[in-house]
Amino acid sequence: MNLYEYQGKELFRKYGVPTPQGFVAYKPEDIVNVEGEVVVKAQVLTGGRGKSGGVKFASSVEEARQKAREILAMEIKGHKVHAVLVEEKLKIEKEYYLSILIDRSTRAPLIMASPEGGVEIESVPDEKIYKYSVNPEIGVQPFVGRILSKKMGFSGDLAKQFTKILINLYRLFREYDAELVEINPLVLSEGKLIAADSKVVIDTDSLYRHPDLEENAEEKTPLELEANKAGYAFVELDGNIGVIANGAGLTMATLDTLLLYGLKPRNFLDLGGTDSVDITKNAFRYVLKANPQAILVNIFGGVTKCDTVAQGIIAAKDEFKIDLPIVVRLSGVHEEEGRKMLADAGIHAFADMRHAIEKLKSIMEGSQ
Amino acid sequence: MSVIVDENTRIIVQGITGHQGSFHSGEMIKFGAKVVAGVTPGKGGMKVHDVPVYDTVEEAMVHEPDATMIAVPARFVKDAAFEAMYHGIRVVYILTEKVPLHDALEIVTYARSHGYVVIGPNGPGITVPGKTKIGIMPNHIFRKGTVAVASRSGTLTYEIVNALTLNGYGQSVVIGLGGDRITGLNFVDVLELFEKDDDTEAIVLVGEIGGTAEEEAAEYIKKNVSKPVVAYIAGRSAPPGKRMGHAGAIITRGKGTAESKIKAFNEAGVPVAEFPWEIPQVLEKVYK
Repeated sequence: MNLYEYQGKELFRKYGVPTPQGFVAYKPEDIVNVEGEVVVKAQVLTGGRGKSGGVKFASSVEEARQKAREILAMEIKGHKVHAVLVEEKLKIEKEYYLSILIDRSTRAPLIMASPEGGVEIESVPDEKIYKYSVNPEIGVQPFVGRILSKKMGFSGDLAKQFTKILINLYRLFREYDAELVEINPLVLSEGKLIAADSKVVIDTDSLYRHPDLEENAEEKTPLELEANKAGYAFVELDGNIGVIANGAGLTMATLDTLLLYGLKPRNFLDLGGTDSVDITKNAFRYVLKANPQAILVNIFGGVTKCDTVAQGIIAAKDEFKIDLPIVVRLSGVHEEEGRKMLADAGIHAFADMRHAIEKLKSIMEGSQ
Repeated sequence: MSVIVDENTRIIVQGITGHQGSFHSGEMIKFGAKVVAGVTPGKGGMKVHDVPVYDTVEEAMVHEPDATMIAVPARFVKDAAFEAMYHGIRVVYILTEKVPLHDALEIVTYARSHGYVVIGPNGPGITVPGKTKIGIMPNHIFRKGTVAVASRSGTLTYEIVNALTLNGYGQSVVIGLGGDRITGLNFVDVLELFEKDDDTEAIVLVGEIGGTAEEEAAEYIKKNVSKPVVAYIAGRSAPPGKRMGHAGAIITRGKGTAESKIKAFNEAGVPVAEFPWEIPQVLEKVYK
């Protein structure tokens, strides 16, 4: 789950990582006091807000409210602006980059630091990114700060500040189950290192341990959220074939196969490993809400029994009065019973994926 | 000895009294696996499929287990895995999905630095046809043979194993690595085991979008694998930024695309099947 900048900065402050002075405003009237020059920043869960006009400057309450009004009305890359963060404008001497993430290859946390901050890290040349792979059994001790400070060009008090930030950021990373913590830019302002921005991504599977974090809606569509809440892994796509399959890998392979046959999937829906009539039946509810022109069900039964799935499909057809073409592939445990039940109910059922998709293809071509 | 486990492997099931634990223990026993004990705190003294249940792993150690299947809820997985490793159980298979990322990190770090093998989390386990099975793969799809299969998926693995069996290709071992970002084994780890295994003559890798495990596998194959390898990659059609069911299956910042993985495999001389059902035909070309 992505946190908004202000949420990330709240965590930074909790862990002793310095941030600019500021406050959140959900509406222009929330701004009641402005000292000196301030920056008004859009709070959205997407990058590139600066280029889109989501960051503006002001030097009075009136001006800040006006800027906030403009920004709150914006949509940035399809994302509504959730709030604005009003912060003191820092005198920036230099911008650095610092992040910690989980490196899947080494199966360890990876620290990345660069003296070239303030830009997308992808655009920084590799030799300017200093990496340190953390052994989680050792953690981040002060020596790690000394190693990286030397490469970053920090000495004396700045090296001490940097080391403290690094150790505290790693504590936050571990204790809040983060996938990523990123400070870009980490600015040098009047002798102090300050986190001018924050990007924090929390592992969704760990949210139960962090009741202080409210769940952000993230980049999901309302239908995706609704289906996810009902327990389905569900992603909306832009085609017209509704898809229900079991297992993430098989579901992805089903979508890939449709595309290779010139058919476009409307969604990804993974039933999971279940043996329940209702779970199968209710999956159709969400697929139908996406208004597909036909539905493909692809099940390889193991834990999931084919006759149970067949019952669920027939129940859905009756209850939701589906008159769209439904093509089913059922293979695995109790497959013959399952296919017979479907055939008796007038639903096309096949033993292998290829024949099911070829049938669907011919139906779609016939309807054009 | 086959890969990681064999017919003599003595298995306990942590969470044996739960729905998943009890059902799959029964299936494992039918497959011929030696399930020697179960552990569920508070349920000691019970029997499941005639297997004695204990409150702690310490008590279950009288059965001298060397592997465990962990089928407990996600928030108890870390506790269960460390309980098993503390008592010296060498192979730890974690069935559970949605295990917190940092818990998986701690489990896998400890295992790797102390010589334990973790399979999963969030995978279907390991099957050695004719010998043993730890996990949830359906019994009826396997046939004993010479092809080793490693996969990041569950059901897609069954699809491909089934196609192999129907086309006369039996399996020496089938391993589901797990769909999470941090897993105990990755493709490079198992390629090393497959290359050394006398029962394995050819290798099938089933990858998916997200991460760089397939690219690393391709590099490793170029230098270290003499046996024929073929692959399938799921997720060609996945849009960037959308998590396709598995925590690990996501294309972010342009990394982890199917194209990059297919290209890497092709450069390593590993043919990639376009459709899952084509794996046997592709295999036939490189493995006679």
